[in-house]
Amino acid sequence: MTDRALSVVRAGALTSVQDEGRHGHAHLGVPRSGALDLPASRLANRLVGNAPGAAVLETTLNGCAVRPRWAVTVAVTGAPCPVTVDGRPVAWGAPVRVPSDAVVEVGAATHGVRSYVAFAGGIAVEPVLGSRSTDLLSGLGPALLREGAVLPLGRPGATRPPVDEAPAPGVPEELVLRVRPGPRADWFTPDALAALAAGHYRVSSASNRIGLRTEGPALSRSLEGELPSEGMVLGAVQVPPDGRPVVFLADHPTTGGYPVIGVVPEPDLAAAAQAVPGTPLRFVLTHWR
Amino acid sequence: MSTPRVLPVGEHALLVELDDGERAGALHAELLRRRAAGTLPAVTEIVPAARTVLLDGVADPPSLAAQLTTWEIPPLEGADQETVEIPVRYDGPDLADVAALWGVSEREVAGIHSSAEFRVAFCGFAPGFAYLTGLDDRYATPRRATPRTAVPAGSVALAGPYTGVYPRSSPGGWQLIGSTDAPLWDPRREPAVLLTPGTRVRFVPGGAR
Repeated sequence: MTDRALSVVRAGALTSVQDEGRHGHAHLGVPRSGALDLPASRLANRLVGNAPGAAVLETTLNGCAVRPRWAVTVAVTGAPCPVTVDGRPVAWGAPVRVPSDAVVEVGAATHGVRSYVAFAGGIAVEPVLGSRSTDLLSGLGPALLREGAVLPLGRPGATRPPVDEAPAPGVPEELVLRVRPGPRADWFTPDALAALAAGHYRVSSASNRIGLRTEGPALSRSLEGELPSEGMVLGAVQVPPDGRPVVFLADHPTTGGYPVIGVVPEPDLAAAAQAVPGTPLRFVLTHWR
Repeated sequence: MSTPRVLPVGEHALLVELDDGERAGALHAELLRRRAAGTLPAVTEIVPAARTVLLDGVADPPSLAAQLTTWEIPPLEGADQETVEIPVRYDGPDLADVAALWGVSEREVAGIHSSAEFRVAFCGFAPGFAYLTGLDDRYATPRRATPRTAVPAGSVALAGPYTGVYPRSSPGGWQLIGSTDAPLWDPRREPAVLLTPGTRVRFVPGGAR
């Protein structure tokens, strides 16, 4: 192991390596995976001079702490949180030069769920099917961070990190997700779509990287039984037998047997990735052109 | 051939629904031919399933949807295709139950299963987990009433009309009739999956231990 690496001092609740995901393998049963809040992970990479798809750390609620063995530029984006280097506060959402063997502490999110930690050169674990992302559904990619683990870092490119700073996102009072009905809206009673749009939902604490689970009115089906397995997309709003919609996120299964009442467009999913359990959730119906 | 039903899925995907798995397989083969020939508009994923094919990452779904319904899709042919042989030991813990269900001996289960010609209809559930069709309808097999918490890797199993092979250990409710050492999943290989959609498969009894 070269010195161009970092060691994990505090793993945090659930910290994984993520890039832009594994594309083009869904027909083999391989989920797409990748950062849940892609704009935030891309921004973190831009702040340290990386290509947008370099691998970063994705934390969950309580951050993590790492010790780079080599001086490296670091940036934290996504969920706002205190960031310190050897105990001294440094900027969130801006490139920070970290001396070798200093501890970067990414604190608990002040709001939101997932912070992204980019290192100049990117995290250089071995890619699997073209991606360094940890896939929590099927177990592909690197293991979740564990205390004492060592992750290799790549060589920073020639790009100079821009002198830049990211504005911290505000605290959303509610999560609003647009939904285009279909492909299986006809498996539900005629008023199910109206119930979805009118319903007072909340983000469930059972949400994870596979799906945003909801609490709220159950949607009733007009067709019973299981749908023969069919391909699933990112943002699919699948309705399991309990009637509570689940919005598929990056680690979603590639096929499924519960009907999809509608699909949330990808740009709305970054906000879904940052919605803490209990956040009020509203679905807004839109229509296909 | 009946016209495929094309359902919009969000802004960038189409779900094409056909009458049965054979026709879904035929459309999948046609999509791969057109992609290889460079005549298919760019898509990021082509995902066949039980009786549908999902096209994801489509730039102009309405235009592709309109094109699709005009295609002449030839039926699936198997004769000229290479067949992957999977060596199987017919020693699964559910072999006796399956034999009772089919009304035959355990040896006959092996005979029936190993004389059928299978096709990988689709992959799903886990990376490299293939759903194979080819058994006669009368051999459809219900799932176990109680799923197992850990099905060993390499298990050859039945559920509904499908035969599946577990690429690695996972929970599962399929009826286990045998096991194989075939290298089903290797992310360093291209393709990573041995049993890709459309592949013709035969199960060969015996198999090196």
